[in-house]
Amino acid sequence: MDQNQIEAIVQAVLAELKKKEASQPTSTASLTPAATASGSNKTDAVIIDLPDPTTPEFRNAVGVENPMDPEGLLNLKSTTPARIGAGRAGPRPRTKSWLLFQADHGVTQDAIYGEVKQEILDQFGLFTVQTQVKDKAEYLLRPDLGRLLTPEAKMLIDQKCVKKPQVQIVVGDGLSAAAINNNLPQIFPVIKQGLEAANISMGTPFFIKFARVGVINDVNTVIGADVVVILIGERPGLGVADAMSAYMGWRPGPGKTDAQRDVICMITNNGGLNPLEAGAFVVELIRKILKYQASGVELKLKTSEETPEHPPSDVL
Amino acid sequence: MLLRTKLFGKTYEFGSIKELLAKANEEKSGDRQAGIAAESVTERVAAKFVLSELPLRALYENPAVPYEDDEVTRVIIDQVNLTIYNEIKDWTVGELREWIMKDTTTPQMIRRVSNGLTAEMVAAVTKLMSNMDLIYGASKVRVTAHCANTIGLPGTLASRNQPNHPTDSVEGIRATIYEGLSYGSGDSVIGINPVDDSLGSVMRLLDMTYDVIQKWEIPTQNCLLAHVTTQMEAMKRGSPVGMVFQSLAGSQKGNESFGVNVGMLDEAYEMAKKYAWTAGPNYMYFETGQGSELSADAHHGADQLVMEARCYGLAKRYHPFQVNTVVGFIGPEYLYDSVQITRAGLEDHFMGKLYGIPMGVDACYTNHAKATQNDIENLAVLLTSAGCNYFMGVPLGDDVMLSYQCTSFHDAASLRQLLGLRPLPEFEAWMENLGLMKDGKLTEKAGDASFFLQK
Repeated sequence: MDQNQIEAIVQAVLAELKKKEASQPTSTASLTPAATASGSNKTDAVIIDLPDPTTPEFRNAVGVENPMDPEGLLNLKSTTPARIGAGRAGPRPRTKSWLLFQADHGVTQDAIYGEVKQEILDQFGLFTVQTQVKDKAEYLLRPDLGRLLTPEAKMLIDQKCVKKPQVQIVVGDGLSAAAINNNLPQIFPVIKQGLEAANISMGTPFFIKFARVGVINDVNTVIGADVVVILIGERPGLGVADAMSAYMGWRPGPGKTDAQRDVICMITNNGGLNPLEAGAFVVELIRKILKYQASGVELKLKTSEETPEHPPSDVL
Repeated sequence: MLLRTKLFGKTYEFGSIKELLAKANEEKSGDRQAGIAAESVTERVAAKFVLSELPLRALYENPAVPYEDDEVTRVIIDQVNLTIYNEIKDWTVGELREWIMKDTTTPQMIRRVSNGLTAEMVAAVTKLMSNMDLIYGASKVRVTAHCANTIGLPGTLASRNQPNHPTDSVEGIRATIYEGLSYGSGDSVIGINPVDDSLGSVMRLLDMTYDVIQKWEIPTQNCLLAHVTTQMEAMKRGSPVGMVFQSLAGSQKGNESFGVNVGMLDEAYEMAKKYAWTAGPNYMYFETGQGSELSADAHHGADQLVMEARCYGLAKRYHPFQVNTVVGFIGPEYLYDSVQITRAGLEDHFMGKLYGIPMGVDACYTNHAKATQNDIENLAVLLTSAGCNYFMGVPLGDDVMLSYQCTSFHDAASLRQLLGLRPLPEFEAWMENLGLMKDGKLTEKAGDASFFLQK
């Protein structure tokens, strides 16, 4: 096909589109004469330049058209992050609130199917190993495989890592790459410096691709640390796609469960615990686990034996 | 026992009824994770062929977990009406499917046969159904119940007002209740999932919801979806409980993972009859969902559809006001995508209705499942056609406490207006009286939470 033929087809298609447009009573159609075949500049008069609808200012806007008590409705809305006061178009949501919902869901999908950036890992000298999971689909389908390292991974860890440190830090992508990309640069230095200042030895940190929390059991069969911490991406919530959790356990090993772990969750600059502060909490929790030589339920029991808590206020 | 067929010249043989049932199940990631799914599509269909010829008595005699080992099995077997069972025990599963579909089979006839069925029969016939079979079959069965109002009547669709809040703020929850009521959500129940399961927290929210109901004279019931023992303690202390809630699993071991057993549920049911402020006689609310047994390693090698049907068998013992599957909540390792979630939603609703319980559905998904709000809206339309008793109502479908998405307040109103359905009759009268609804449609005043700031 030569250039002229292509040009002819393009013109024919454009002319067809013009015809269709002209037959619809839209405002854009009336801006330009329908018959021009050039296809250029017909929508010059339309300028759309939107502010970011995900800012609190827009999120807090009320969509009810004639509320009985406008001020009261704003007050009601301020009591909950739930999407109330959104208004309606017949029985359906209004356009803006529906699109905002889709944006908030979209950002979770991008986080789950995104990748942790290599430059972030390089910044902290993290090498990469992989669990027995092959790809993202298998990661979602087989949590059990995300808790096991491949033999190659174990060999690499064995070659590169200091053994039997007090604390081993690992980073896992989990269900949100954005959690690692956005929070690691802030939380990691705080943990590292905090451990140094407390004279706690830290092993050689690394990154685990397709990781579930339980992989720390397998990691510790090679490392033999007293405490293993995994910084991992949480399942994204609507509109909050970059929350990280820090799970940790005293001497993890095969068979250990969440009941034997402690966690600091919802680490994010977007409406959660900010990563700098979270780093300090992680160090505090590590010190406590080392002191009591226990984590999870057992740690709770040991600490409550020492300092009995006040009886719960609901006991009448 | 010999369970064998040829398909395209190839022989397929199945070692046990449990294996046959698992391999006849529609594709579910949870069955695959458990290592019990059919290895090919043709093997699945071969299993369906064999299953279609299986007499019902073989299912009665081979429950997924032995009678001696499991109290859920005992509940299911012990409540079978033997006169009815004897009439149908020689039917094959394929015949049961056709009998349900026949125009000469009336809703009353199905309700009667329900009492001769076991969970394994209910699950087995479901495996032979297409999606439209499930919709059509369920639509023939109406199961009504009464607590403070009446659920499940033909021509009605109810909505649970689910006003959850990430920190259980009384003001925040009340604000969402107002929002939902203004859209006509709350006739099934005003039901809160509390973050803080402690007695004080639960009693505080029971008081608040009861106050709203009293102040506005709303013909509905309140419920706090805390552990059943917490609700029992609250009742003992005089808290206004409208309905008693518990999550159920399909095996004794599964229920142990929820911290409940049949004895405890019996006691809760007796207490509800004694202490609930509502009229009854149906006082219980249960939630279920395919995959919960596997996640607790309590599936006994059975597939997730069979285990789900067993939940309904257990629920039936307590004559519940409402039961719903939380169909997409558990995640993609059990129901991978919208195809599987849709199928499971239709299956669960059908099974509940066939078993004779007032079934609703929490049509929902998590952000790591391959599903979107569009898929859940599709499922809600299908289920409404199937005669589903109720859905969840959450502001724009976004539950800010449970971090999942389900149907919205808007969806309740839309489904009613789309398919010509009404809220529960007592509730509709209440809305008409307030001027929030007229002739089955929302009025200008509706959809405005500040309406409820007048009093």
